[in-house]
Amino acid sequence: MSINRRQFLKMVGVSTVVGIGGTAVFNGLRNSGLEAAQTSPDPRTLTAKRWGFVVDTSKLQSDEDYQKCIDACHSIHNVPDLSGLPEEIRKRQEVKWIWTDNYERTFPTAPEDEYQNPELKEKKFFLFCNHCAQPACVRVCPTKATFKRKDGIVMQDMHRCIGCRFCMAACPFGARSFNWRDPRGKDDNGKPFVNPEKENKEYPTRMIGVVEKCTACTERLAKGMQPACAEASNGAILFGDLEDPNSEVRKIIATKYTIRRKPELGTQPSIYYVIGGGEHAG
Amino acid sequence: MLDKALTGSRRYWTWIFVLLAVIGVAVLTYLRQFNEGLGITGMSRDVSWGLYIGQFTFLVGVAASAVMLVIPYYLHDFKKFSKIVILGEFLAIAAVTMCILFIFVDMGQPMRIMNVILHPTPNSVMFWDSVVLGGYLALNLVIGWTTLGADRKGVKPPQWVKPLIYLSVPWAVSIHTVTAFLYAGIPGRHFWLTAVMAARFLASAFSGGPALLIILALIVRKYTKFDPGYEPIQALGKIVTYAMFANVFLLGLEFFTAFYSNIPGHMHPFHYLYAGLEGHDKLVPLMWTSSIFAIVSLVLLVVPSLRKNEKILAFACVILFISLWIDKGFGLVIGGFVPNMFEGVTEYWPTLPEAIITLGVWAIGLLVLTVLYKVAVSVREEAV
Repeated sequence: MSINRRQFLKMVGVSTVVGIGGTAVFNGLRNSGLEAAQTSPDPRTLTAKRWGFVVDTSKLQSDEDYQKCIDACHSIHNVPDLSGLPEEIRKRQEVKWIWTDNYERTFPTAPEDEYQNPELKEKKFFLFCNHCAQPACVRVCPTKATFKRKDGIVMQDMHRCIGCRFCMAACPFGARSFNWRDPRGKDDNGKPFVNPEKENKEYPTRMIGVVEKCTACTERLAKGMQPACAEASNGAILFGDLEDPNSEVRKIIATKYTIRRKPELGTQPSIYYVIGGGEHAG
Repeated sequence: MLDKALTGSRRYWTWIFVLLAVIGVAVLTYLRQFNEGLGITGMSRDVSWGLYIGQFTFLVGVAASAVMLVIPYYLHDFKKFSKIVILGEFLAIAAVTMCILFIFVDMGQPMRIMNVILHPTPNSVMFWDSVVLGGYLALNLVIGWTTLGADRKGVKPPQWVKPLIYLSVPWAVSIHTVTAFLYAGIPGRHFWLTAVMAARFLASAFSGGPALLIILALIVRKYTKFDPGYEPIQALGKIVTYAMFANVFLLGLEFFTAFYSNIPGHMHPFHYLYAGLEGHDKLVPLMWTSSIFAIVSLVLLVVPSLRKNEKILAFACVILFISLWIDKGFGLVIGGFVPNMFEGVTEYWPTLPEAIITLGVWAIGLLVLTVLYKVAVSVREEAV
């Protein structure tokens, strides 16, 4: 097929008009204040200027209480379960959105020494994405696959991610997981990483070679629901607007002693940890 | 001119086929990685970059080092480099090719590589790195090919190539500076968060690259009728020596800051690399090999009577190259990830498939280098 000059100019003209039209549509969407992945506003949607969390694990008693929160998150988000792999490989390649660790490893740069309250040292903390106000992961991403929403939530577009893992190097909190193997695949014994019977069809599974992490349950917020971990936590994980002085999270931060992970790095994490046993402090 | 690469001795073709065989095995291994994922490598959620990115970083330095020939020859009219400057430019092309391939094999979703261009992100250093690397490859291809073509016809290179040559000087500095910024701008990785990172990258590049070039020049002399000459090689030897001193000095600065300040986060990576941390010491023998090789090579290089002996010079260059390869192609990346973000230690060691793929990328680089050098040498041989 060959085209003459006239036809070529026509094509250029038409595609320019369409292009401008396309931009207008996008601008229209932008002005309506919709977040990515939303097509129309939903009256139920929970909104905030800057979402944040308060974690107070003194509200939890047994290991099961912790596990309940983790399972709530991992099951609805189809986080691949690599437990069928040899322990050494599982530890290195595991995908996790929320997990627990001790004081020393959660706050490696916080003041601590051998004389400290042994209770604190034995305490467990929840670790998940800090949804930093100045996220290093967003700064380094070469494709804008990870980005910050207007409500402060740091999101990840799994379809744009090229799997360069720059964000994993940049995140000071180890919050990001890479799919070292196909999360839709199986281990050597034929056990699928995402159990098809338990799979949440409402939420997409991921593909091999992309990075994922906690999304603060944006899909639930859009329907007016709290993040899954908060809902299952019996009050140990509170979710609210950090910019709203009347929000519950702000009231706790204002009255109790809370710390954040590695605040000295300037990323401004949005998770506040209540330290020193809630009741006593209040 | 490429036709010159299609005729060669039996030895030439044997070498080409050996490289092709290695590449073939590596391509098959890569297909496995492509299907099964990067899980077949030794990388982990704690050490999320490994040998691939280490090699990339190291080779950016090799590519940038061409400037150590371009500056003396084009800016200072140092005529002795007239015959070998092309070897530097072609080495840069092969090195950048390997850099791009190492990035490619490290990607989780390599089919999406164009996303970097489709969604340009100026706040990402990686975006800029792809820009400067691509530009540098283009610059060296144009400059090398044009100057060699003119040489072949026995005429002066066209005037328009001059500005490109001048541009290639700051451009070479930029590729390694930007690559250093990949590391030096990350919060929370104490080993990388250092202002001298880019300076040290350049120093190690300007010693390692020319050292490789000396080795290559000696190989070219041995196997072809083209002699790069004694004096240019000696001049390169001096460049290697100065740059290596600068590199070791800068490394020393890192040690001072870490240990005199006594800040645990700054000391831990050095402990891990050179003494082991919490019983984990996989890299210790490698890092000490690197240190010893660096010192021995410096002694051999700094004494003029030793350096003037080409056999000793060649030996010094080989161990210096190995020293820098370990330090920058391996230790630098791993040291940034150990200890991890929770002050714990997860060790890294490349797997066999990972090593084969790495070897394959080197083989592709060597193939590109062989073909380009064959062309350059044939043109030179005709001129003799």
